[in-house]
Amino acid sequence: MTAAPTTEVSRLLSEDFDGVLDAWFATQKRDGVRRPDLFSDRESRRQLSELLRTFSEALGRIDISEPVDIDTEAWSELRMALSEITLVRTERGVAPWEMTAFMLALKQPVFEKLSEGLANTPERLLAEASDFGRVVDAFAMHINEHFIAERDEIIERQRAEMMELSTPVVQLWERVLTIPLIGTLDSMRAQEVMENLLNSIVEHSAEVVIVDITGVRVVDTQVAQHLLRTAAAVRLMGAEAIISGISPKIAQTMVELGVDVGEVTTRPSIRAALDEAFRRVGFRISRVEDTRV
Amino acid sequence: MSEAASVYSVDKVLLVAIRDNITDTDIINLQEDLSERIVNEAARGVVIDIAALEIVDTFVGRILAQLSSISRLLAAETYIVGMRPAVAMTLVELGMDLPGSKTALSLSHALRALKAKGLA
Amino acid sequence: MNGAPAQPAARVELRRERDVAAARLAVSRAMDALGARALRKTRFITAVSEIARNALEHGGGGVMEIYNLERPRRIMIRCRDEGPGIADIDQAMVDGFSTARSMGKGLGGARRLVAAFRIESRPGAGTTIEMEADP
Repeated sequence: MTAAPTTEVSRLLSEDFDGVLDAWFATQKRDGVRRPDLFSDRESRRQLSELLRTFSEALGRIDISEPVDIDTEAWSELRMALSEITLVRTERGVAPWEMTAFMLALKQPVFEKLSEGLANTPERLLAEASDFGRVVDAFAMHINEHFIAERDEIIERQRAEMMELSTPVVQLWERVLTIPLIGTLDSMRAQEVMENLLNSIVEHSAEVVIVDITGVRVVDTQVAQHLLRTAAAVRLMGAEAIISGISPKIAQTMVELGVDVGEVTTRPSIRAALDEAFRRVGFRISRVEDTRV
Repeated sequence: MSEAASVYSVDKVLLVAIRDNITDTDIINLQEDLSERIVNEAARGVVIDIAALEIVDTFVGRILAQLSSISRLLAAETYIVGMRPAVAMTLVELGMDLPGSKTALSLSHALRALKAKGLA
Repeated sequence: MNGAPAQPAARVELRRERDVAAARLAVSRAMDALGARALRKTRFITAVSEIARNALEHGGGGVMEIYNLERPRRIMIRCRDEGPGIADIDQAMVDGFSTARSMGKGLGGARRLVAAFRIESRPGAGTTIEMEADP
């Protein structure tokens, strides 16, 4: 691996490590992002010192006057250090903006030290300050993206959990399943419903599935299309779909919208649908004995 | 026989298991082979197991639909069985519902249906 | 067309029919490496199959490159052919339009199955299609 050229920044970090650390710490204090309520000074300093040391080591290998891409292998240790400090601090309740400001607070003290050290070579000062600024910006950006990714993951997980709760597939009888739909049926949810239902068909070797729309608030053309597609997919799997819960009002709306259900079986109530499902799988419900007078 | 599938003949029913990731020529050859065998063996039923297929694109979908139509003309009934959920959803999205083809959950479901009709 | 990484993760020449199967397999492996779920994988590979066949049949062959994109991590493919090109792209994307033996749901269908679809074509200058999978 080729060594990076010695710069004033790398010299500062190796010869005046504690000085930079103190100044960074002081700037955070001034900017109000030190959070002494969450971390003791000792703990904070240890975190900063670790991050700064990893940075200093990276500068020994990487020439930051070249375009910086911290997603590359060379920066992997630093990325890990950034992720760790972000995790530790946010778990205790540090806000995203505070974390970004926390990182950016490194700029000013280093700029000040650079302008002392490079007072006689303004061109170098300008070049090094801008290189260093870009790197710190990249770190701050990385912290921010880390946040967004983590938040997205949480949202996705909650969405999946909610989806599972809101579309339960229930086995009514041997070879007969039902999925009671409630609320609204947008494209995203329709796909989840379909996937859930088809997987359950495989799992239970189900031959008939009742898609009950009694609890669906609005049935428009789009919802009707979703239902018909679900029925088509169920048929491709080798099972049959019955759509139940078609109220007189929904039936009228569907006809007005020109929705043609084609071959798909529909029933007004889940009870009527169950009756039909039993007929198809070869069961019959009958009273054992009429004990009423 | 064909590269694309293994075919067994049991009691006037041709059982076909299609292999994954086949070429277009493979499946066209299969269509020709099957048409001949239906006639030569006087088959009354054909069960095509596509459980191995990770995808069914418009081309394979069209051949499957054609197979059903051809066998019907030759007095045999075709069942497509074992379609994976992801494949079914994708086909519906492609607008290929295979309306003319019979489907069943599995080989045994298809055989039961054929027996009920006196075709196996 | 778009900002893909300089180096593709894999490259498949589309010269013979068997290469379409090879393209599907290569994309399947790339998606497995990202841990893609069955449904997303099936949808994307079906679309790959459509456009690879298209490049071979209408474009007289071409090449498919597979890229790994970041943020979020996902697969992108670029399929180029040096064929006659498509005169009316809008028409070609409509279901039912076909100049050859497919059922005419190929291109329009492929677009519905992917997260992003870009097509560039000029008569005489070949066709390039880029598709991104859902993350």
